[in-house]
Amino acid sequence: MMKRLATSREAILFGAILVLLALIATRFPAFVAPSNLAGVFNDTSPLILLALGQMVVILTKCIDLSVAANLALTGMVVAMINVAAPGVPVPVIVTVAVLLGTLMGAFNGLLVWLLSIPPIVVTLGTMTIYRGIIFLLSEGKWVNAHEMSPAFKAFPRTQFLGLPVLSWVAIVAVIAFYVLMTRTTLGRAIYAVGGNPHAAVYTGINVGRTQFWAYTISGALAGLTGYLWVSRYAVAYVDIAGGFELTVVAACVIGGISIVGGVGTVIGALLGALFLGVINNALPVIDISPFWQMAISGAAIIVAIAFNAQASKTKGRVILKSAEHAA
Amino acid sequence: MNSTSHFVPDRLQSPLARRLKSWETLLLGVAVAIFIANSFASPYFLNAWNLSDATFNFTEKAMIAFAMALLIISGEIDLSVASIIALASTAMGAAVQLGVGTPGLVAIGLGVGLAAGAFNGFLVTRLGLPSIVVTIGTMSLFRGIAFIVLGDQAYRGYPESFAYFGQGYVWWVLSFELVLFAVLAVIYGIVLHKTNFGRAIYAIGNNPTGAVFSGIRVQRVKFTLFLLTGLMSGIAAICLTSRLGSTRPSIAVGWELEVVTMVVLGGVSILGGSGSIPGVVIAAFVMGLVTFGLGLLNVPGIVMSIFIGAMLIAVIALPRLWTMWRRH
Repeated sequence: MMKRLATSREAILFGAILVLLALIATRFPAFVAPSNLAGVFNDTSPLILLALGQMVVILTKCIDLSVAANLALTGMVVAMINVAAPGVPVPVIVTVAVLLGTLMGAFNGLLVWLLSIPPIVVTLGTMTIYRGIIFLLSEGKWVNAHEMSPAFKAFPRTQFLGLPVLSWVAIVAVIAFYVLMTRTTLGRAIYAVGGNPHAAVYTGINVGRTQFWAYTISGALAGLTGYLWVSRYAVAYVDIAGGFELTVVAACVIGGISIVGGVGTVIGALLGALFLGVINNALPVIDISPFWQMAISGAAIIVAIAFNAQASKTKGRVILKSAEHAA
Repeated sequence: MNSTSHFVPDRLQSPLARRLKSWETLLLGVAVAIFIANSFASPYFLNAWNLSDATFNFTEKAMIAFAMALLIISGEIDLSVASIIALASTAMGAAVQLGVGTPGLVAIGLGVGLAAGAFNGFLVTRLGLPSIVVTIGTMSLFRGIAFIVLGDQAYRGYPESFAYFGQGYVWWVLSFELVLFAVLAVIYGIVLHKTNFGRAIYAIGNNPTGAVFSGIRVQRVKFTLFLLTGLMSGIAAICLTSRLGSTRPSIAVGWELEVVTMVVLGGVSILGGSGSIPGVVIAAFVMGLVTFGLGLLNVPGIVMSIFIGAMLIAVIALPRLWTMWRRH
């Protein structure tokens, strides 16, 4: 029953994206050419990566507002490493980025797990702290394209089987997360913790530790995206991806991931991100000022949650009254 | 999440001991300590006019924080407050271009604030949507509208009489904003601590279902609180716009974080149900003094935000670490 509802919700979103593309195609057929769509996907890849991490966190009843700051800090660190030691090979850079991101995510997770500090407080706090550290490290300076080594910049653009590496990273992540969420005990635990934390405790799941892992996963993805972002745009400064955490949350909410936890799928997160990606890429094509982007994603969030709330009103009756209040 | 059972003392503490150990007293001690540290750190600190200037660091945010405190105590949150400022300021700026005078501008500022608050309240109370997502959405929406209207432009040319709200002084060093802040603090203190409405807010925050069965109109109270938060954001927009004398779409960006920090630092539980207005007032002074003191020492704004972020986490983490340490 739940599964059917979920699949239909994703089907509706998929339909909405197709309608959107069809509308754009009536006036600008070139937009739906395969090469352009591949470009849109590539452009949306960082959002997809972050949305996957955010999805895992939201599923456990938490939220991670520090992802964009994590991304920016990791990006700055690897860019500065690259400037200081241009010879460091890309795999090492990627490893450093992932490790650093993981560390920052784990820090969030520890505060939530061991001190039971509300997730929104923790990540609002670390968001400003991580952002501030970038300023301390860089002294407010930019790392520009000409300072980065060619190999550092080339990695996400390298073509492989017709698609850039950046797109492949997103595709591999989507598949890996699909397996993680549907085929592993951690994936089931994540759903259980979000669906009903009290029941999860009685089934032997450590709620706090599961949330810790969710944050760590989200942090790792943010770190990876940090390197990809900085090398793709070939610039690093304090404010990169400023406010992007809200776009990431928006992608999840639009993708039908319930903010109260326990409900949502990898495909939903992917489609939510693609929906925003198509809009953002289409705006300049249909000659609407990019200043509209913020208001449109805000409106999309509100419409999506209102829609999702209507859809979930048909859920089964609550048998355990106390379980409902505990939620 | 908390699997540990509640700690039940053998006998209750005396009222005096309880008051001395309260969050507000602790915070007041911190405020005094920062004040003394600042006056040693910089020779420019202990000057009536400098101190008066320092209050502008927090008065506008604190006005919103009062309403936000009530909202958070009731178990909801509004992350769109800074965007409401942007929207209200943009509306006032647009009105100036049409030649609207100061009274009209004030009405527009308050009206936009109320309308934005009503929109949030409607989505949360009528459609039953979680306030955190709703206000993340309206945060983008409201500021997005400001960006659509203004783009990379700015509104200027506010009438001279409009400057009073952000730059005027009532008496000697007492600015209009500081007086307004004090008046609002008293009003909110009375509303929260001395009225049925205030009791209802605590009841809702502690147990929404219980509140319904006690005959409290939960949704109506929550709607009123969203309306109040919008109104206070409108007032803050008037003061800030008047002080800056111009409107850009990026006005007051990131303030929602500072307002929430102020509320949490003031001892309001982010989970709802507890907190006080005196706590928020002292927290406003603490944050204002820290920002001003660091400013005198030439610490850049973004580094100050590290302090504020760390303070937000530390005020919750330290008491918990302390109790954990005592139990072992």
